[in-house]
Amino acid sequence: MNALISQLVNLFAAVMLILAFAMLSQRRVITLIHLFAMQGLAVVGATTVVAYVTHQHHLYYSALLTLVLKVFLIPFLLHRVIDRLNVKWDIETLFNIPTQMIVGIGLVIFAFNVSLPIARFSETISRGTLGIALACLLLSFLMMITRAKAVPQVVGFLAMENALFFAATSATYGMPMVVELGIALDVLVGILIMGVFMFQIREQFESLDIRHLEKLKED
Amino acid sequence: MDPLFLVFVVPLLGGFVLAACGHRPYARDVNVVFSSGTLLAAVWLTVRVVAGGPMFALDQLFFIDPLNVFLVALTAFVGLTTAIFSRPYMRVEEDKGKMTPKRMRLYHSMYQFFSFTMLVALTTNNLGILWVAMEAATLTTVLLVSVYRTPASLEAAWKYFILCGVGIAQALFGTILLYMAAERVIPQGSDALLWTNLAAVKAHLDPTILSIAFVFLLLGYGTKVGLVPVHNWLPDAHAEGPTPISAVLSGLLLNVALYAVLRCKVLTDGALGPAFAGNLMLGFGLLSVVAAAFFLSRQRDVKRMFAYSSIEHMGLMTFAFGMGGPVANFAGLLHMTVHSLIKSAIFFAVGHATQKAGSQIMDDIRGLIKVSPTVGWGLMLGSLAILGMPPFGVFASEFLILTTAMRQEPWATPFLLLALGVAFAAVFGRVQPMVFGATELKPLAHPPALLPVFLHLGLGLMLGLYIPPYLSDWYQQAARLIGG
Repeated sequence: MNALISQLVNLFAAVMLILAFAMLSQRRVITLIHLFAMQGLAVVGATTVVAYVTHQHHLYYSALLTLVLKVFLIPFLLHRVIDRLNVKWDIETLFNIPTQMIVGIGLVIFAFNVSLPIARFSETISRGTLGIALACLLLSFLMMITRAKAVPQVVGFLAMENALFFAATSATYGMPMVVELGIALDVLVGILIMGVFMFQIREQFESLDIRHLEKLKED
Repeated sequence: MDPLFLVFVVPLLGGFVLAACGHRPYARDVNVVFSSGTLLAAVWLTVRVVAGGPMFALDQLFFIDPLNVFLVALTAFVGLTTAIFSRPYMRVEEDKGKMTPKRMRLYHSMYQFFSFTMLVALTTNNLGILWVAMEAATLTTVLLVSVYRTPASLEAAWKYFILCGVGIAQALFGTILLYMAAERVIPQGSDALLWTNLAAVKAHLDPTILSIAFVFLLLGYGTKVGLVPVHNWLPDAHAEGPTPISAVLSGLLLNVALYAVLRCKVLTDGALGPAFAGNLMLGFGLLSVVAAAFFLSRQRDVKRMFAYSSIEHMGLMTFAFGMGGPVANFAGLLHMTVHSLIKSAIFFAVGHATQKAGSQIMDDIRGLIKVSPTVGWGLMLGSLAILGMPPFGVFASEFLILTTAMRQEPWATPFLLLALGVAFAAVFGRVQPMVFGATELKPLAHPPALLPVFLHLGLGLMLGLYIPPYLSDWYQQAARLIGG
């Protein structure tokens, strides 16, 4: 039974990783948001399974929090923003998707190597997944670096938050509740501020292309 | 009422009150009143701690010990003087049409919330809350950096948001690893992130996990300290936001971030011995000092120049704490204090000067001594102080850092001296014509607030000549706490 359940956590972890790669190569803004919501769902699934096995009740609450925030509320807000900004059907030109994929694979290998010495200490059922969490974190960084539009950068930022949350579940039995609530509040306020920003950027530059934001450079 | 509560409840309340009335003309004074209230609470807290030693509040969630009490007092003090400075400064900005009533409301309210987040970060015992408060400090200031809505300020704010967001995410990963290490030693769940509990068992924490955790924590919080190579957000955010915000970012927020690194360093040292964390901090610190000195010499914008000077000084402090030992830690803490006093004084003077000249480009600012002798002297003395001229306090701390470096890390001394020399030539060469050159600038409509400038410089001078015994006692206790 336990083996099966720990396989289930691994399955969710694998889904997260695949979704991280999918986001890296996705050009359509609206699909990107769908992928993000799906990734949130994978985190919720993994957290619920861990909660069920370990009888840690606060993990149910944090799974619920993630479900509300990352699967419903934030994607909903993002949909509204892209609707109002009229970038719903935007397609970003991404260069060198194959190169990005190869760099991504390199990052995954790196992440597994870094977490190898720590993962064996983890006493949770999900010990193998710390490497995946770190890999997802690094893939989200990569996504933020390579994207030139504001919305995909924000989605990258949020995917990073998902990866961190997943790391907390897989390395320990989740962070203390008060910390988790604080983090959720920060994420929510952050996304609201980002929304305000996108409108300001649009108003000022008449586009959401971050490449306009490259004036401040050292001479 | 417990002063430990008051110290962050007052600014929290102030944030809400000013969110309601921040656009009215009297909001400037309300802002000062709340900041004074915070300072009074901080003074009361300090007196209590001096009399009764470390204390806890709210089920150990908050605590105060020799390391954070002096930073709380400093934060509350600079918070008040900056609020006083911002009264005439923001009035001029309003007259120029750069600030609308709506933006003033945002500014005042966020100013108080920003103080609140910093004070929570300083007083919390829970490393998770520390992270939450650091992130919240970014969130409260990011809208202030872009408050003028110019293309450059939007760019700076976006960069600030994204880079600090990425940085702080690494710190959260580090915190998670730390929690993981702690859970193996401290069984009862939520107490395992309390710093005091961790410090009690630090020798038993797993060294492998702690080493990886500290790398992430240093990179993460180091982004907010402004350590090279993760410093890119700092000069932009300092240059494009309103000057009072540059003053508190430089004088306070960087200190709070360094404080977070120090708390983590104590735990890492316990598990791994002082070499690991110390060497990392030495490396990043030295790199920041040297790189910032060379960037500094190429700036044309006065606020950018002093922003790079902040990177240089934060690097110097990181270097000092990296060396460790009672003298270097003492010097690092002293440098934290005098740097935040002097640097905010400089930003006050620079703020008035740029308003006079209507430009932040140094070539446009000339002859301050004729237009407004006090601002001119404030800028000149401030620059001399920050460059480490005796008898100011920066000289004392830099002297201690350098002499300790000669003993403990002799290889690093030439680099430090070179960097300090380059910075001196660059800053002095720029400031001299700004103060003494020929000019046709006109005086300002609202008289500048000079009390904060000279109060800070006076305190910086006093710390160079004479450190009161209870203060030096305090530094020594704090230095011992971080492993002196």
